Amino acid sequence: MPAGVIQPLNPLTWLGAPALACAAGSLLLTLPVEIAGVGLPQPVLAMIPAFAWAVIRPSLLAPFVLILLGLFQDMLWGGRLGLWPSALLAAYAMGVAARPLLAGQGFWTHWGWYLAALGAGFGVAVALTFFTAGQAPDPGGLAIQVIATAAVFWPAWRLIETYEDADVRFK
Amino acid sequence: MSLRDGPLNELRPPLAWLAVAALVLAGIVSLALFVNDHRGSPLDGVRGRFDGVAGAVGGVVSAPVHWVGDGAAAVGAYVDAGGQNGRLRAQLAQARQLEAQVEALREENGRLRALLQVKTDPPLPMVGARTVLDARGPFADTRLADIGSDAGVLEGNPALNEHGLVGRVVSVSPHVSRIMLLTDIESRIPVLIARTNGRAILTGDGGPAPTLDYLRTHDPVRPGDRILTSGDGGVIPRGLPVGVAVRSQDGWRVALDTDAGSIDLVRILLFRDFSQVVGPNALQPGALPSTSTDAPTPPASPAATAATAAAAAAHPAPKGQ
Repeated sequence: MPAGVIQPLNPLTWLGAPALACAAGSLLLTLPVEIAGVGLPQPVLAMIPAFAWAVIRPSLLAPFVLILLGLFQDMLWGGRLGLWPSALLAAYAMGVAARPLLAGQGFWTHWGWYLAALGAGFGVAVALTFFTAGQAPDPGGLAIQVIATAAVFWPAWRLIETYEDADVRFK
Repeated sequence: MSLRDGPLNELRPPLAWLAVAALVLAGIVSLALFVNDHRGSPLDGVRGRFDGVAGAVGGVVSAPVHWVGDGAAAVGAYVDAGGQNGRLRAQLAQARQLEAQVEALREENGRLRALLQVKTDPPLPMVGARTVLDARGPFADTRLADIGSDAGVLEGNPALNEHGLVGRVVSVSPHVSRIMLLTDIESRIPVLIARTNGRAILTGDGGPAPTLDYLRTHDPVRPGDRILTSGDGGVIPRGLPVGVAVRSQDGWRVALDTDAGSIDLVRILLFRDFSQVVGPNALQPGALPSTSTDAPTPPASPAATAATAAAAAAHPAPKGQ
């Protein structure tokens, strides 16, 4: 590649492939698997690209791919349409806001901001659920899902490491 | 020349602002979707088609899960059989695998027998189903069952397992139906306390034990009281077992009967309305009062009747008239 030529990110690789992986992973996690009579926790896998895409670079497409991922999640779980798109976009917005602070930072700083993004995303989900159901979700179940989602940060970190230097216009 | 000094650097502010604008637009679209979506909306068709595809995929993908579950005990037994020679190990593993399969089949057979004994009074038609996808969590608690409108399932039909009421069907497509469990945060089921006949609404909150809300009458419930469906509203028949009342810090909750087992096999009651229970004729009203608005003829008073009779006696009509 000649020097000075910027190779733009291919949306199929940095947006499409992670989105498909998330959808497939979410589908697998809805399989009726029980261990000792207890179902496995279901993390919201779409939070991974929601945070990573925001950190990698500002994008026109990413918010709309997040809407599609959120709608997939809503339909897969049988919830009200629009709940998870809104939550994912809140997490994405938190990532966009944190982006200037994250340049050059390591794993744990990113993970800290990932937790903040989860706080924003799940906060919006709780608020919208309260709006429709008239009550907040069970704190215990919410804590389990947040912890499960926080524990799957590593793919987001890999995604950020892979693509964060791919478009220097936004460095 | 570094890339930052190049002409493309000038693109940064507009692209960044456009990205923020895209984010705001996407947020508005999401919220508009959320506000406008409800059961019975035009989006139900999309949801039903998605459930059909997801159910088919889930049925295929979940089959290995059942196989793995059946074979896990056999694999564990194989690992424990260290010290045996290869041939005996293979034979033992094979025998244990068969034993595990037999045990799994026996267990499933027992559960299916128990499920077949689930009866309502009066009897109502039911269909059996297996759940193929499973959404667990504080925001949604639903199951996708591999049976749908082609078997007669309708929205609102109650679903039971061998222990009691599981939930109700909230969407149906030809081959699959989605069951909202009693624990889902949007679940509301009218129930009664068997001891006092007190009424309440069983409200899911995403946790394992739904709350008893809108309790009527003073002190209608005690710990350990049986909770049944009340039939109020006509969506679910009366008397289906739900659970046992327990006191919690924030009021009364119900320990569900269905906690005693998994919800992989269910029976769906093909309940339409109470005409199935008492017969359609019993719901027909009897003779109804007239709806005529004409002024009725006033009845003659006893005094006037007596005067008329006396006059008739004093002036009898001539014969021949």
